[in-house]
Amino acid sequence: MRRLPLSTLLLLAVLLLMAAAAFTAPWISPHDPLRQSLLLRLKPPGSVDPRQGVFLLGTDDLGRDLLARILCGARASFAVAMLSVAVSLVVGVSLGLVAGWVRGWAAAIIMRLVDTMLSIPAILLAVLTVAVIGPSFLSLILVLGLTRWPRYTRVAYASTLQVAAMPYIQASEMAGAGAARILLRHVLPNIAGPLMVVATSEFGLMILFEAGLSFLGLGIQPPAPSWGSIMSAGRQYVERAWWLTVFPGIGLFTLVLCINLLGDAMRDQLDPRSAGR
Amino acid sequence: MIPALDVRDLSLAIGGARVVDGVSFAVRAGEVLALVGESGCGKSITAFAAMRLLPRAVTMTGGQLLLEGNDLAALPESRMRRLRGRRMSMIFQEPLAALDPLSTVGTQVAEATGLRGAAAREAVLAMLGEVGISDPARRIRQYPFELSGGMAQRVMIATALIARPAVLLADEPTTALDVTIQAQILDLLRRLAAERGTAIVLITHDMGVVADIADRVAVMYAGRIAETGPVARIFAAPRHPYTALLLAALPRLGDAPKAALAVIPGQVPLPSAFSAACRFADRCPLVTDRCRQEPPPLREMGADQLSACWHAERVR
Ligand SMILES: Nc1ncnc2c1ncn2[C@@H]1O[C@H](COP(=O)(O)OP(=O)(O)O)[C@@H](O)[C@H]1O
Ligand SMILES: [Mg+2]
Repeated sequence: MRRLPLSTLLLLAVLLLMAAAAFTAPWISPHDPLRQSLLLRLKPPGSVDPRQGVFLLGTDDLGRDLLARILCGARASFAVAMLSVAVSLVVGVSLGLVAGWVRGWAAAIIMRLVDTMLSIPAILLAVLTVAVIGPSFLSLILVLGLTRWPRYTRVAYASTLQVAAMPYIQASEMAGAGAARILLRHVLPNIAGPLMVVATSEFGLMILFEAGLSFLGLGIQPPAPSWGSIMSAGRQYVERAWWLTVFPGIGLFTLVLCINLLGDAMRDQLDPRSAGR
Repeated sequence: MIPALDVRDLSLAIGGARVVDGVSFAVRAGEVLALVGESGCGKSITAFAAMRLLPRAVTMTGGQLLLEGNDLAALPESRMRRLRGRRMSMIFQEPLAALDPLSTVGTQVAEATGLRGAAAREAVLAMLGEVGISDPARRIRQYPFELSGGMAQRVMIATALIARPAVLLADEPTTALDVTIQAQILDLLRRLAAERGTAIVLITHDMGVVADIADRVAVMYAGRIAETGPVARIFAAPRHPYTALLLAALPRLGDAPKAALAVIPGQVPLPSAFSAACRFADRCPLVTDRCRQEPPPLREMGADQLSACWHAERVR
């Protein structure tokens, strides 16, 4: 394997750190993210309470620790993004594999559907669907997963067409392998690279969508924290309590930026025209 | 004894063009039949037709394909699939491209066995040994990029033969390899055909390869059989001007390298321009008016030799 450039390693390290913090939130969190205290409302970052201890990032309008809520919200963000990427990846790649293998009318139908889906703004579709079926963790994942599959289908379709023409695919057909086996064993691994690039950039988008929907009240439901809902609640206190919008904003920005840069780095690594190959 | 593979009157079309037109040949167990002709004569698609894996553009418009006496055209695809790799296999020109770059040698050879675990491993190791791969236990863990072309072709041959098929279709298996490796691979095919009773259809454009390995030859020109017969007969007394020209193009011992590589003037016409009469007429030194009017039928020339030329007797 080629050695990864330092910048990519650094990005990976930041991401892993954030993911680790998110997933261990219940254990490393200094406070209970749901514990309210009217006496401790809107305390600025670094406030100390003799009995409760330090509030490193301050407290919100209900006196809950912001750091605990951000960590817990990160967990929700990661979970939503991972699960919805998984759903859309499975749906999109399956359709793309079928279209690229069968071609003909099946491909025509699937690819027209892709074009149609891509011409509707995903966030609009998501907002409408959640509004109809009602907001919940599960509906968030289903809505995001089932609206964001077309990009995978496009990439999987094009790559499958390419790989299906390779002699080694013909050789497995000659050896009596069936379509399912060829697609899973030989086509899928050989198209995984470009799909991972798409999945990475979709992961970043899913984080943003989740934040956006939660900001609008259509995502993670209070009192459970989410970066979007923390910012949405903090909006009315922007002048008195800037930390409520700034810290989750920084978290969101850093996370999505790291993911996107990593996606670009992956694409460069896979691109045969890029240097160092 | 029924032939392992019997192709009767096979016709294939691309659009309206009859790319393969009434081709017949048969191979018996343990026999090597060479299918010879220049590029574009329809050799590869004939083999694909036998595997029932034609490119989409090509349709089979007539003929019969009998594998060990069973009509392949009548089989549903699910049954046909179970015959591929088990009763009939195929290998091609670019062995390295024919291996999945992301699977190990062991996995790929094992796929054709239908076995798993230790049984598969035993079978693969034994087969790799049989095709002359040294240290098979190490090889099975390697990826295609670690193999040379010759080694990769041995792996392909192992994959193709591990299930003991009755027929092996080998499409230019040595064209991409250098000369010494080419000879080794041909020897290997020859030996395996004899030992295992596999019928081999060896596709090539090189009469030298034919001389090395084949028992019988079918010379193809522009989608038709020009001449067939035992190798010794065809080499001693070709009865089709195309065969004679292919033989003349063969470098002989003592010839200056390259200098003697005579080429046949002209080229195989495109399928859309195939003539209804003799398709070789435009390039033939013996051409007469009759050749441009009537298609020559395959005629018995004695001793199992057939020629499709109006002037077979004048060929020398
Ligand atoms: N996949 C394909 N699609 C369309 N035409 C093809 C395809 N493969 C081969 N042909 C055509 O069929 C004819 C015979 O080709 P082929 O069997 O590859 O010849 P050979 O193996 O003797 O060189 C050629 O005219 C070629 O252009
Ligand atoms: Mg060919």
